[in-house]
Amino acid sequence: MENKRKYVIPGDVITTGPFRPEQNVVLEGNKIISTTIGISEIYDDSVRVISLTGKYIPKINDLIIGKVISHSSLSWELDINSCYVGFLPAQDVFGRDFSAHADELTSKLKTGDLVAARIANSDRTRDPLITIADRDLGKIDSGDLVEISPSKVPRLIGKKGTMIQAIENATNAEITIGQNGWVVVSCESPEGLLKAKKAIKMVNEQAHVANLTDQVKEMLEIKGES
Amino acid sequence: MGGRESTLVLLDENGIRCDGRKIDEPRRIMIKAGGLKNADGSAYIEFGDNKILVGVFGPRDVHPKHMSNTDTGILRVRYHMEPFSVGERKNPAPSRREIEISKVIKEALMPAVILDKFPRTAVDVFIEVLQADGGTRCAALSAASVALADAGIPMRDLVAACAAGKAADTIILDVNNEEDQAGQADMPIGYMPSLEKITLLQLDGVLSPEEFKKCVNVGVDGCKIVYDLQKKALNEKYFQNGRDQ
Repeated sequence: MENKRKYVIPGDVITTGPFRPEQNVVLEGNKIISTTIGISEIYDDSVRVISLTGKYIPKINDLIIGKVISHSSLSWELDINSCYVGFLPAQDVFGRDFSAHADELTSKLKTGDLVAARIANSDRTRDPLITIADRDLGKIDSGDLVEISPSKVPRLIGKKGTMIQAIENATNAEITIGQNGWVVVSCESPEGLLKAKKAIKMVNEQAHVANLTDQVKEMLEIKGES
Repeated sequence: MGGRESTLVLLDENGIRCDGRKIDEPRRIMIKAGGLKNADGSAYIEFGDNKILVGVFGPRDVHPKHMSNTDTGILRVRYHMEPFSVGERKNPAPSRREIEISKVIKEALMPAVILDKFPRTAVDVFIEVLQADGGTRCAALSAASVALADAGIPMRDLVAACAAGKAADTIILDVNNEEDQAGQADMPIGYMPSLEKITLLQLDGVLSPEEFKKCVNVGVDGCKIVYDLQKKALNEKYFQNGRDQ
């Protein structure tokens, strides 16, 4: 079976025949057509396209970075770099005994604060529900925000996390990657911070290049010597 | 346009048109994907002397809220001509013609885009005609579909558009401004080549049934030329070298 990866754009016929259409493809007659710009992959019985463009679409259990944009007396609204706003209920932060009279929401999270969060629920009818009640989640106190294209997040993580490990090891930075394309970098040394940010931007710009992990490593080493 | 009398020779005895083209030859076309930093997707097209810039935003929140649809995303299109796009200053307020073209382009794009994955959102397409020279709706439609693809909106196919028409009793491809004013018919066609479907078909003028069929075929061939350039523009932006990994 051919398992060739191909660059495709909307309207390109990837293959014909009895395949199962998966992500970003449609079946028209017996033709399987790409619906987005990306890389097509053919498996034993299914076809899919990995998208190179587009906005973030919330998926349950995704780790994301959100920015508080407003709050009511019962919940916060987060900008999650998507077409929807994230909904963070106050119970999630204050616990079950939250009372709208006694607790002031701004005492925990203010407008403009960044939070690491997880998508608890997301369906077609409502805005995505966000939770910060877990280990490693919650308000982010320090670090720099870097914005990358959400479709390039898997590239930044790399195969089994190789890319991100390479950057972290070379710069001693701590990097939190949100699936929505927002990345928070924090580092003790300013040089490490700058280097890590540069490496992330490099991945964002050259995501289509093969062997990028090695190139990033090389770039980090050269910078380290000077 | 009813075949007005004019001194202009639309087609000479050698089959050469007033701007030096053959009867089945389109104008020079250049399409570039991207270019606007703040838009989610953008495209620029030069179609002969037409110069059109398209920006796409979305999917994003719908304002006003009552326009949103809980089942699917909506598509909104604004076609606008700059005051300096034509010989005499054009009033920048939306004219009757611009409102019609916005609607027609929106309806030509609707069969291509797949918005049911984005309920309660809107995709906004802004088309700015910087310089007009006949056939702007086709050029605008071609550029809009490239900009939508650039924005990552799921699409069944790119919509390519090209006009065909009749001037000096001959069916011609890609009607320019002079031929539109003095010719006998103008037929803009929007076409999805992979699906072999027509999404836009207008006709201004009079054609016999045979001429009509021939005109559609000529127009569709023109759309295929535009389609190759649209694909080239997207390939250039996303995969600089070669199509296969």
